[in-house]
Amino acid sequence: MKIVMAHGSGGNATRELIKDIFQKYLANDYLDKMEDAAALPVAHYPLAMTTDSFVVTPLEFPGGDIGKLAVCGTVNDLWMSGAEPQYLTAGFILEEGLDIDLLDRIVGSLSKTAREAGIKIVAGDTKVVQGNGGLYINTAGLGYRKTGRFFGSENIRQGDIVIINGNLGNHHACILSQRMEINNSIHSDCADLGPMVRGLIDNGIAIRVMRDITRGGLGTVLNEIAESGSHGIEIEETQIPVDPEVKSFCDILGLDPLYMANEGKFLCIIAPEHADMALDILHQHPLGVHAQIIGKVADNAKPLVTIKTRLGGKRIIDVLYGEGLPRIC
Amino acid sequence: MDLEFIIKEIGMYDDQEIQIMEVCGTHTSSIFKNGIRSMLSPKIKLISGPGCPVCVTPAAYIDQAIAWSLKPDTVLLTFGDMMKVPGTEKSLSEAKAEGAKVEIMYSPQEAVKKAAADPQTTFVIACVGFETTIPSYALVLEHMTQRGVSNIKLLTALRRVMPALDFICSTDNAIAAFIAPGHVSTILGSNIYSTLAERYAKPFAVAGFEGEHILIAIYDLLQQMKNNKAQVHNLYPSAVKPEGNQAALKYIDDYFESGPAFWRGIGVIADSGYYLRPKYQQYDAGSFDLTGDANQKPTACRCGEVILGKINPDECPMFAKACTPAKAQGPCMVSSEGTCGIWYRFSKK
Repeated sequence: MKIVMAHGSGGNATRELIKDIFQKYLANDYLDKMEDAAALPVAHYPLAMTTDSFVVTPLEFPGGDIGKLAVCGTVNDLWMSGAEPQYLTAGFILEEGLDIDLLDRIVGSLSKTAREAGIKIVAGDTKVVQGNGGLYINTAGLGYRKTGRFFGSENIRQGDIVIINGNLGNHHACILSQRMEINNSIHSDCADLGPMVRGLIDNGIAIRVMRDITRGGLGTVLNEIAESGSHGIEIEETQIPVDPEVKSFCDILGLDPLYMANEGKFLCIIAPEHADMALDILHQHPLGVHAQIIGKVADNAKPLVTIKTRLGGKRIIDVLYGEGLPRIC
Repeated sequence: MDLEFIIKEIGMYDDQEIQIMEVCGTHTSSIFKNGIRSMLSPKIKLISGPGCPVCVTPAAYIDQAIAWSLKPDTVLLTFGDMMKVPGTEKSLSEAKAEGAKVEIMYSPQEAVKKAAADPQTTFVIACVGFETTIPSYALVLEHMTQRGVSNIKLLTALRRVMPALDFICSTDNAIAAFIAPGHVSTILGSNIYSTLAERYAKPFAVAGFEGEHILIAIYDLLQQMKNNKAQVHNLYPSAVKPEGNQAALKYIDDYFESGPAFWRGIGVIADSGYYLRPKYQQYDAGSFDLTGDANQKPTACRCGEVILGKINPDECPMFAKACTPAKAQGPCMVSSEGTCGIWYRFSKK
């Protein structure tokens, strides 16, 4: 069975689609009321709100799918600002021709991931557009800032330590491998970063800023922090963890793991005296076993990101220009 | 040889100033990634040569690619790094935003699959590259003819490295030695540089792509020059044979023949292009008409002189002003392996 334009008409076909798939997986006290808006209780904490759109192809890939990605991407954005995710909305834009069984799996995956992440889906929407079997998801996420703090780049200061929780580039390499029909065992790192972040917050780690390392990769994220924080950042190539298979994949295609997208990696800049404790906390989590200190906030005020290379050279890490695409030769 | 010793030697070099050209874009990329320029004595200058195929592709080629993408029932397939190369009026990326049918491919073989599945559409492949990539286009021709697929055309801007190297050696410049193009050497072999080394008395070192390989090559060339030698040293024997890859060379020869070609910023170099042999010309998308850039508007872009090592990128009046990676005016700023793009990133203040 395929999605047809009638599924977006608002009539009988729409109702059946909602009943057969969305209600099956997403039923809860908020959604079941089927009102135009969700009535939420008064929050006793400051709020953080985010939105994101997910347009990945293929829709399913080793290690995840667009549904899991939509939840993880949104909750991670909340966690990165120090907020505990509470509520999620999900708008689905379906292209005609989409396989309904595939939609069923994706909504099921989205629901399961949300449940595991402890976030409630309180509102949703479905539209059907002409197309070729694609699917896009737009989300909004709301979280409570229980610590009252908001992690921001302006907090960084000289001597702070930069930590990342694991190997770079797996998601990007996985998606490209799928599109290029290259057989390998690279899986996306798509994951909820909440448990690791909660561990850092609950143990009182002096977090200056956290960022998930998604599009643009580590190089771009570090530049954004350096510019907003008005400090240079120095990293060491030998400390940056990359899975050997991902490294080989990048070498062949001329891609740089520093600019590859991730969906389960974050960096945090913390006070230097908490470095060992933060590493211990991250290493205890399965998604943090490869956590590493990769550098520090420099003593210069120029917001340059530099890397000391494996051979002892030094170069500037700039933001990603254009798309991270394989080169010709 | 001890790498630490080599690093110390090239860092402390204090003899006469020398310019070494790395011809291959992949070497340039590795030099950049490994921060090798920061490890060199100020008296050693590395010049990035014309070995980035994107950088030397003429604007007329981009124009023609765009023209194909605007025809009914036609799709242009290209590698991603061609998307932002400026044509006379616009780039493929800008044309795509205006509705041109341009798709990014990851391998030329995708074209055969697409064409077989959609016989009503003509798929034009933007074929750009040196000897390293040409066999993959030969493979497309072999597969499409074997499968009876005829709705593919090749728009070629394929280049031979040796005539360009000869051209560089023969022009007035200060390049004293060459790190031979590594990828191309795996196809052409190391012996092929002997004639140039002898004729122009310039040493060549064939190097691999790791940072260590390049450091060793630089040291080797310094030693050759110190001892007044101009030999070809194959420092990458695990991948480069003296006689090259004969099977790949035969593949190229089966489908392509050489002819004059226009190198952006340089001009026409005799015998430096590869074109489909007459037997396969029904699959050509007008590649022979691209021997000039007559329509190119006058511009202050000095990419040609950059490629030849005559000026540094920051000596171009457009560098980092009108020309940046976000809005490249010249091809050397477009590619991640282009000299201007690399300089821009290095010189960011």
